[in-house]
Amino acid sequence: MAGLELKDIRKSYGNVEVIKGVDLSVEHGEFVVFVGPSGCGKSTLLRMIAGLEDITDGDLYIGDKRVNTTQPRDRGVAMVFQSYALYPHMSVYDNVGFGLRLKKMPKPERDKKIREAARILQMEELLERRPSQLSGGQRQRVAIGRAIVRNPDVFLFDEPLSNLDAALRGSMRMEISKLHNQLGATMIYVTHDQVEAMTLADKIVVLNAGIVQQIGSPLDLYNSPANLFVAGFIGSPKMNLIAVTASDATADTVTISGPALPSTTIPVATGHGIKPGDTITFGIRPHQLVRDEAGPLKGKVLLVEQLGNETIVNLDLPSGDQLVATLPGSAILHLGDTVTLGFDAKNAKLFDTNGDAVKPA
Amino acid sequence: MSTSGPQKSLQRHPLAGWLMIAPAAVLIATFLIAPFILAFGYSFTNQRLISPNPTEFVGLRNFEQLIGVGTLVLSPETDDAGVVVRDDDGALQYPTVRSFTRANDDFPHLQGMQEWFGWNWGDDRVVVLARDLVFMKALTNTLIFVAVVAPVQSALALLLALMINQKLRGINIFRTIYFMPVVVSIVVVSLLWRFIYDGRNGLLNNLLEFLSFGLFQPIDWLGNPGTALWAIIAMSIWQAVGFHMVIWLSGLQTIPVSLYEAAEIEGANAWQKFRFVTWPGLRNTAVLIIVVITMQAFALFAQVDVMTNGGPVDSTQVLVFQAVQRGYEQQNIAGGSAISVILFVIVLTISLTQRYLTRER
Ligand SMILES: Nc1ncnc2c1ncn2[C@@H]1O[C@H](COP(=O)(O)OP(=O)(O)OP(=O)(O)O)[C@@H](O)[C@H]1O
Ligand SMILES: [Mg+2]
Repeated sequence: MAGLELKDIRKSYGNVEVIKGVDLSVEHGEFVVFVGPSGCGKSTLLRMIAGLEDITDGDLYIGDKRVNTTQPRDRGVAMVFQSYALYPHMSVYDNVGFGLRLKKMPKPERDKKIREAARILQMEELLERRPSQLSGGQRQRVAIGRAIVRNPDVFLFDEPLSNLDAALRGSMRMEISKLHNQLGATMIYVTHDQVEAMTLADKIVVLNAGIVQQIGSPLDLYNSPANLFVAGFIGSPKMNLIAVTASDATADTVTISGPALPSTTIPVATGHGIKPGDTITFGIRPHQLVRDEAGPLKGKVLLVEQLGNETIVNLDLPSGDQLVATLPGSAILHLGDTVTLGFDAKNAKLFDTNGDAVKPA
Repeated sequence: MSTSGPQKSLQRHPLAGWLMIAPAAVLIATFLIAPFILAFGYSFTNQRLISPNPTEFVGLRNFEQLIGVGTLVLSPETDDAGVVVRDDDGALQYPTVRSFTRANDDFPHLQGMQEWFGWNWGDDRVVVLARDLVFMKALTNTLIFVAVVAPVQSALALLLALMINQKLRGINIFRTIYFMPVVVSIVVVSLLWRFIYDGRNGLLNNLLEFLSFGLFQPIDWLGNPGTALWAIIAMSIWQAVGFHMVIWLSGLQTIPVSLYEAAEIEGANAWQKFRFVTWPGLRNTAVLIIVVITMQAFALFAQVDVMTNGGPVDSTQVLVFQAVQRGYEQQNIAGGSAISVILFVIVLTISLTQRYLTRER
C-alpha cells in the first residue's frame, strides 16, 4: 500500500540527458498514465521506477522509503512488459507462479494464489498451456496475472496493449480499468495512445523530450492544456492551432487578427502579459466550431469523413492554414464546397509567444 | 513484365533444380559418399594399397581381428602337494599368458592374443586379452578424449560466452582473443604447442617453475605416457573453445532481454536467472554443440599426427590416426577401412542416442 514520489528525477546516457528533472507525486491507489510521443522518455521513467535503469539524479520514494538504489525485487513493484516477457518454456501456471516460487512460498498457498489470479482474469482453462499456444490477448492476461499474484504495491505497465488489435485493445482497456477498481492498487501505465490515457487515468502525465509538460486529470488536460504541446497532443481530432497577431490587449481581453482570422476579441484572465504586436497562437477544438454564415472562418472543403454520428471536415483557409471541424452527422458536404464556421469566443484558447497557455477569463 | 517470362520458364524446367544442386552433389558424392562406400566395401576384403595379389573377400575377418577380445582366469601355480607357490617376496606365481595364447590347442580362440589389462580376484588373476592391442588403445584413448573434451569444452565455451555477453567496454577485444585459435590452422597450433609442452625449455614448464618458485620439476609433457594424452586434450579444448563460444553466444543473444528484466523484478538472483531463463533458452544450442563437439572429438587426428605420432608407447593412439597409419603406412587399406567403419558406427550410435535423449518432449 504505497504512493510514489519523484523528486527532480534525471537520467543521462553518457552526456545525453533523456529525462530532464521530473517531479511527480502519486497517491496510493491512483491510476497514473505517462503519455507522450515516441522517444520522449516514458519507458525510461517507468524503468527507473522499476529499478531496471539507474537513476542518474534525483530521489525516488515508494511509500516513504527512498529506493534509488534498492534492488527491483525489493521495491514492491510488478511490471507488465509490452512484449509480455513470458517464460516460453514454462506453462501459464508456472509463469504466473514463478515469482512466488522464487519467494519459496509453500505450494498450496501458491496454488491458491495462482488460481485466484486465473479466476480474476478469466483464464482458468489456459493454465496448462505454454505461452506459444496463446493469442496476444491471452498472453497479456497471463502477464498481468503474473503481476497480480505478487500483490505488489505498485503495478507498472509499459504499453501493454500496443501489440493487440483495436477491438481487443478496447476490451483489455476495460479489464485493466476493472482490475484497478478491484485491487485498489497504485498503477502506472505508459502509452502513446491518448485514448488509453484519457479513458484509464486518474492522472495523466504528459511528457515531451524528457520534460513534464502537464500533470492533471484527463478533463483538465482537455479543457485547459498548459501549453501548445499538450493542446496538440490531447484530444482527437487535434485542436486547431493558428498563428495570429495580438492587435490589441486590455487587462482582460486580447484582440487577435491574422490572415486566417478577422479581428476577434477573446476574454482572458488578467495578468496575461500579452502585448499588442506579439505573435501568438489561437486554438479552438474541432468540436467547438459550428456552422455560422456570419462566422469569421471561411474555407474550402478538402476532405470529408462521414462517421454517421458526426462529420469531420478538413478546410483549406484562404491564408493557407488548415482547419478541422467536427460537425453534426447531418451535415452533407462535398469536396470544394465553401463552409463558414464560427465559435464561441470563450471557448478559444490563446498561447503566448513561448507557447504557454493564456489563462481564460 | 517482360523479363519474367523466360526466367519463369527456366525456373520451372524440371531439370533446373537438379542442375542447381549438381555442383554440390557432385563434390559430396566424389569426396564423401564414394569414399565411404569404398571404405565400407574394402573393410570386408584383404585389399592392400599396392599388391600384386588379387583382392579377396574375407567376410568379417578384419573386424574380428580388430575387436577380438577374450578373458583368461589364471590360477596360482601350485606345487605337487597342491599348496600355492610363493616367490621370495611372498607374491603368488602365475603361469605365463603366452602359454595360453601361443600354440595352445586347448585355447584356440585365444590364439595370437596379447594381454591388455588384468586384475586379481581372490587368489586368481583375471586377464583381459585383445587380438589387436594397438587398436584397443586407440579405441579407449578416443573414448577418453571424447568423454573429457565434450563436457569440458562445451562448459568452458558456455562460461566464456556468458562472460563475453556482458555489455562492457572493450569486450570485443576478448571476443577476438578467444576466437583467434579457431582461425589458425590446427597444424600450426599443434606445432606451437609442441614448443609449449617441451620437456626442457617449454613455456609450460617455465611457467610452472616460476609460479612454484622453482619447486616444480620439469615434465616432458608429450614424451611421458602418463601425460601425453592429457596434454593433447588440454590443447584441443583450448583450440576450439572459441568456436563453440561463438555458437553459445548466438544462442544467448536470441534470449530477449525483457525475460531477464521480468525475472529480476520477480526476485531472481543471478543463478536463478541462469537456471530459469538462460539455460532453457539455450536448449537447442546445447544439443547442437554437444553433437558437434562429440563428432569433432571422434575425428581427432592432426594433433596426434603433429605432436606425438601416437606415442609414447601408444599412449596417444586414436582411431583416425590408426586408420590412416594402417591404410597408408602399413599399406593395409582393408584394416584402415574397417577402423573407419567401426568409427562410423560408434559416432552414429552416439549421435542418435544424444538426439534421442535431448528430443523435444
Ligand atoms: N540505452 C540507451 N542509450 C542511449 N539512449 C537511450 C537508451 N535507451 C533509451 N535511450 C533514449 O532515451 C530516449 C527515451 O527513450 P524511451 O524508450 O524512454 O522512449 P519512450 O517514450 O518509451 O518511446 P516509445 O513510445 O517509442 O516507447 C530516447 O530518445 C532514446 O533514444
Ligand atoms: Mg517505450
